[in-house]
Amino acid sequence: MDVKVKTDDLSAKETAFNDSIKDGKVIEPKDWMPEKYRKQLLRMMSQHAHSEVVGMLPEGNWITRAPSLARKAILIAKVQDEAGHGLYIYSAAETLGMDRSEMVDQLLSGKAKYSSIFNYPTLTWADIGAIGWLVDGAAIVNQTVLAKCSYGPYSRAMLRICREENFHNKQGYQILAFLMRGTKEQKEMAQDAMNRWWWPSLMMFGPSDKDSPNSADLLKWKVKLYTNDDLRQRFIDRTVEQAEAIGLKVPDDKLKWNEETRHYDFGEINWEEFFQVINGNGPCNKLRLKQRNDAHSNGQWVREAAKAYAEKRKAN
Amino acid sequence: MNSNHQWPTWEVFTQKKQGAAHEHAGSVHAPDAEMALLNARDVYGRRQEGVNIWVVPTTAIIASTPEDVGAFFDPANDKMYRSPNFFKTADGLKTI
Repeated sequence: MDVKVKTDDLSAKETAFNDSIKDGKVIEPKDWMPEKYRKQLLRMMSQHAHSEVVGMLPEGNWITRAPSLARKAILIAKVQDEAGHGLYIYSAAETLGMDRSEMVDQLLSGKAKYSSIFNYPTLTWADIGAIGWLVDGAAIVNQTVLAKCSYGPYSRAMLRICREENFHNKQGYQILAFLMRGTKEQKEMAQDAMNRWWWPSLMMFGPSDKDSPNSADLLKWKVKLYTNDDLRQRFIDRTVEQAEAIGLKVPDDKLKWNEETRHYDFGEINWEEFFQVINGNGPCNKLRLKQRNDAHSNGQWVREAAKAYAEKRKAN
Repeated sequence: MNSNHQWPTWEVFTQKKQGAAHEHAGSVHAPDAEMALLNARDVYGRRQEGVNIWVVPTTAIIASTPEDVGAFFDPANDKMYRSPNFFKTADGLKTI
């Protein structure tokens, strides 16, 4: 085969692909796509799915100790949603040609990444409020935009997730609002959770775009529609007011409304900490991986039993 | 690491309300049809999203290919007279 013709053909295909994305076309699984588009999406989507799954662990930690039956029921429903979100995204990611078991293996072996936020511990009940309000709040800002991304299955999964995240966000905020109307100790507990979760929540949007190696391609292909810094700013702008409304202080001395830019100015993020946590040195990285591996092996007999049952029924 | 039994995938279609068409929701892994229905309910129906669910083995779905979109749908492209907007008639009539 003439190699030159082949490469020309490929670049023509890629140009047509880029143009169709510029025109707002949504890409579906069977459409032709550049290998790099497929790979980047698969990387992003599997990381996203893993984050939903690992995200169950810090919250699951409080199910047995929720302060009332109602809180316990709500938290169980929320954690079940996170499992569901993981499954939606794994299902969407599988349309790109990788089997779910392969993605799960990458998570369990520690090869795949997930959101660094879940490597922080949940020390008090107020942390459950902070996770719902701040962590899910940051996720909503991210996911609302991803719902308009160029890959159809991902965008549809995000639409579904966004509807459910609003419940997560509100129940978390309400936990903190409730504590802030309580005793001095309860108020201190809420503020302490705010102090510990604020900065890691800002880090969830990823490094500044000048340090984010994949940003340019992802923006060109409308996998991302805004930069990490834009989305971080959007989150801060909408969250500060919510904090003030219930009397929580944002732990940032440099936080100040800027009349000129119509945005909040804020202090420097500790990126050293971010990269430490991403690279496995956060407070709970080892614990999370162990908990995931234990859950997977403890479920082994269920998978085997279901398979044996299905085979037996097929034989009869 | 222990071995994974990778169950086959099933495509899930949910019907929002009685009388509506079933719509694709996503997929689930399951060892058999019964488990596929239960998994589909847990994954795609936690908020009363539907009154009925279909699950179909993914391998049973035959789809047209995007590359052939032109030729495949060609029979419809040059018959604009199938649309009522094709016909210019008298102005000012309310019933046609």
